[in-house]
Amino acid sequence: MKPLRRAPLFLAPSPYRRRRLRDAARILPVAGVLLMILPMLWTPAGDGNRRLSGDVIWFFLTWAGLILTAAVFAPGLARPEDKWPGEGPAGGKGDEDED
Amino acid sequence: MSFNLLVASCLAYVIFLFAVAFLVERRSGAGRPGWLRSPLIYTLSLSIYCTAWTFYGAVGYAARSGLEFLTIYLGPTLVFIGWWWILRKLVHIGRQQRVTSIADLISSRFGKSNSLGVIVTLMAIVAVTPYIALQLQSVVLAFDVFARAAPAAEARPAGGQIAIWVAAGLALFTILFGTRNLDAKEQHTGIVTAIAVEAVVKLVALIAVGVFVIWGLSGGVSGIIARIDASSLHDWQLQPGRWTALIFLAGVAVICLPRMFQVIVVENSDDGQLARASWAFPAYLMAMSLFIVPIAVLGIERLPEGANPDMFVLTLPLAEGQGGLAMLAFLGGFSSATSMVIVEAIALATMVSNHIVIPTWLRLRRSGAISEDVRSLVLNARRLSIGIVLALGYGYYRVSGGSGALAAIGLISFVGVAQFLPAMMGGIFWRGATRTGALLGLITGFAAWAYCLFLPSFGAGAFIPAHVMEQGPWGISWLRPEALFGTDMSDPLVHALFWSLLLNSAVFCIGSILSFPGPVERLQSAAFVNVFEGPVGPQRWAQGAAEPEALLVMTQRIMGEEDAQILFETAARAQGKSESMLPDPTPAFLASLEEKLAGSIGAATAHAMISKLVGRDTVTVEDLMVVARESAQLMEHSAQLEEQREELARTATALREANDKLTTLSVQKDAFLSQVSHELRTPMTSIRAFSEILAEGDLPPATVARSGGIIRDEAVRLTRLLDDLLDLSVLESGKVQLSVSLVSVRDMIERAILATEKIKPGRDIAFIRDTTAETIWMRTDADRLTQVFINLIANARKYCDSSHPAIRIAVRVRGGRVRIDVADNGKGIPKASQPVVFEKFWRLPGEARASGAGLGLAICREIVTNLGGTIDYLPGQGGAAFRVALPLRIGEGGGA
Repeated sequence: MKPLRRAPLFLAPSPYRRRRLRDAARILPVAGVLLMILPMLWTPAGDGNRRLSGDVIWFFLTWAGLILTAAVFAPGLARPEDKWPGEGPAGGKGDEDED
Repeated sequence: MSFNLLVASCLAYVIFLFAVAFLVERRSGAGRPGWLRSPLIYTLSLSIYCTAWTFYGAVGYAARSGLEFLTIYLGPTLVFIGWWWILRKLVHIGRQQRVTSIADLISSRFGKSNSLGVIVTLMAIVAVTPYIALQLQSVVLAFDVFARAAPAAEARPAGGQIAIWVAAGLALFTILFGTRNLDAKEQHTGIVTAIAVEAVVKLVALIAVGVFVIWGLSGGVSGIIARIDASSLHDWQLQPGRWTALIFLAGVAVICLPRMFQVIVVENSDDGQLARASWAFPAYLMAMSLFIVPIAVLGIERLPEGANPDMFVLTLPLAEGQGGLAMLAFLGGFSSATSMVIVEAIALATMVSNHIVIPTWLRLRRSGAISEDVRSLVLNARRLSIGIVLALGYGYYRVSGGSGALAAIGLISFVGVAQFLPAMMGGIFWRGATRTGALLGLITGFAAWAYCLFLPSFGAGAFIPAHVMEQGPWGISWLRPEALFGTDMSDPLVHALFWSLLLNSAVFCIGSILSFPGPVERLQSAAFVNVFEGPVGPQRWAQGAAEPEALLVMTQRIMGEEDAQILFETAARAQGKSESMLPDPTPAFLASLEEKLAGSIGAATAHAMISKLVGRDTVTVEDLMVVARESAQLMEHSAQLEEQREELARTATALREANDKLTTLSVQKDAFLSQVSHELRTPMTSIRAFSEILAEGDLPPATVARSGGIIRDEAVRLTRLLDDLLDLSVLESGKVQLSVSLVSVRDMIERAILATEKIKPGRDIAFIRDTTAETIWMRTDADRLTQVFINLIANARKYCDSSHPAIRIAVRVRGGRVRIDVADNGKGIPKASQPVVFEKFWRLPGEARASGAGLGLAICREIVTNLGGTIDYLPGQGGAAFRVALPLRIGEGGGA
């Protein structure tokens, strides 16, 4: 009945975990960018120390790692939003930026 | 390898695709979509990102620029694993607003502006046509490779002939399956499934060639690693600027390309699909890229100098005599090219028909209701548009003469569609983005792209004269197409990407900040940016301005009779009308109707068509204000209701408490009366008994004296009881007369001790006092207060059961109040009795009735209350303890 019902300040463990999973999902592409542009800092290929095959292996291993992490995250993220009594559909703003 | 066999298998493959699409359409038409909506099909349909440019071009790219080709797949990977940021929101908006294309998204967001839709459509056509030409070219090149390998005796068609056949075949397929129906939401299950099949074919083909290259030609993984390190690719150097720019560009393209937008957003039906695709699509991209480097390395190593690296995927198996594998590779490349062209053509045709053809038609016949069948008009417009798009692609292929490396055209196209990014991202994350800003930003970015990258790509002198490329227009070197503002980046692509997006975003932001959005724009901005907060329900239409029948007629012409009638009937039932099948044109119904129509003909057109009937073009700012005011009033109203409810609850609680109190009082009164009668009856009984004895006369004098004494004692007890009761009632009524004087606490305590000495005189009781602390002068009624002390000390004397009884009296002044504690060292009062010690007639359990009437403490409490103080039982003092707190001066200091 109250016009403004506030979301609970603290969450139960399982919604809390889901929130942190979302945080992790948000961080993942940032980590991916860092890993993918990291070879910029290496010495250029063909200088003797570095081999092209090493680059190839680096990129594909990081790539596979990112895909696996995303695959681990995906089922948890796809679950429906948490709802609180009195709150609008689909979790509302709390989902976007408030924990 | 016979060329005719190749053509035959190609045709067989195409017929197979037709069959798949046809069966699926029929199945989904029968209402059994089932696995068609599965995340797997969705993910595979996303693979149209990998066009012939990937299939053939990536190897060529790797042969020319080393690992740089990876950026094209790393960018989308990052976007997809980060789907929670952007894709999820985009897809939600797409579903909620029934977006039909990227042009529709942008036009719908910025106030359903059709001019914006037209601009985005034109930009998309210009940017993407070369890309379609590229696909045709790849098919022609592939045919060419086989034709050259075939015996010279066979007849060989010319490249142009092949291209026109491919284009025509694709147009036919797309028209057949892309424009079969005008769904409420523009989804094409048949085509999507065919695309998914093609995705599998191209992946299998590329992996087969890769496996052959690694295990057939190089001797396994260690062999290929040695070859990679020995190859000329080894000289490749990562250029940080270009590397980062390309990853970014590919990430942008994957959401901005019209065909990618079509499969990601428009064909999406739930979040689960996206969640699965978030890792499965990157996995697909990785699988596609895995064998690119080995194929490139072996191609350079084995094929003659000057062989086109773009065709290594075909020429390598052919050179090694693997005809079957080459055929598979050809089908893979063919799949890549055709699937891309089909979806791109649908996406562009939807945009052309919804944003250019239908609005033009509506404008031409401004007057009157819609009399023709809009449905067939829309479908025909779409069919025509598909033809136009493919014709444009073919035309571009003919004009450009099939020149240029494949990869270069693809990247130019990417930068072109990347111009949608600021308007799109700004539109879904920034409420303040406006139509003016988006319009100016798009035009600026597009102009910069055309000037810096697109036009120069035709070669110096084709569109931009050579001297302009060298020195800039009118000799102004700051305006040189490849070094704007003197920034020579040595890489025209990075230069163009940087400047076009920078100028685009800057103009978009400035334009948005300086302009003021219209009302529909503001509604839409709220709906887009806050898409997760559920649909915003503002009133877009006025009540009752439209004839329901006219609306039905129009809807029938767009959606078809049956669908429209079902829609109207459902709405009528929902409004509670059981007789008529026409619902009232309520604002809610009009809004939902507009939404449904938007799924078929685009938001801007649907809005315009309903406006024609409702008679009002758009909502006005005043309407918005009214809506805002209404909702503010509603909120205020509900806040008031809430307040009233709380007040009622408070009152109810107070009433309940009062009622409880009354009930308790009534019970107490009854108890009191019975107590009083009881107390009075006991002495009366003995008085009566002894007076009867006396009345008999003739008694010994001793008996007479004893009886007379008992009668007197009982009468005294009665009098005392009545005095106490009287006293109590006076005190309780508050009508007591106080004689206030200045008096020392010590004097009163000493008087009280003296007065109580006669009680249990045999016992030796110790008084623990601090006479200095007691020397406090206060203004109060000395006699009454002394009475309190007498009662307290008398009680202590009577009931303290210690073997060495002691009474402690402590006096303290705190904040204008005197606190006097009287405590003994006995057993104290049981906890259960503590709350009731001050009640009338309360006695210690088990005490003889004769020892007192049980009014002493009640009187104490009344006196202290009358003196403006309080008396409490003080627990935890080792015995019975009472605290009397009084103001130093009666009538003041009460609030300390």
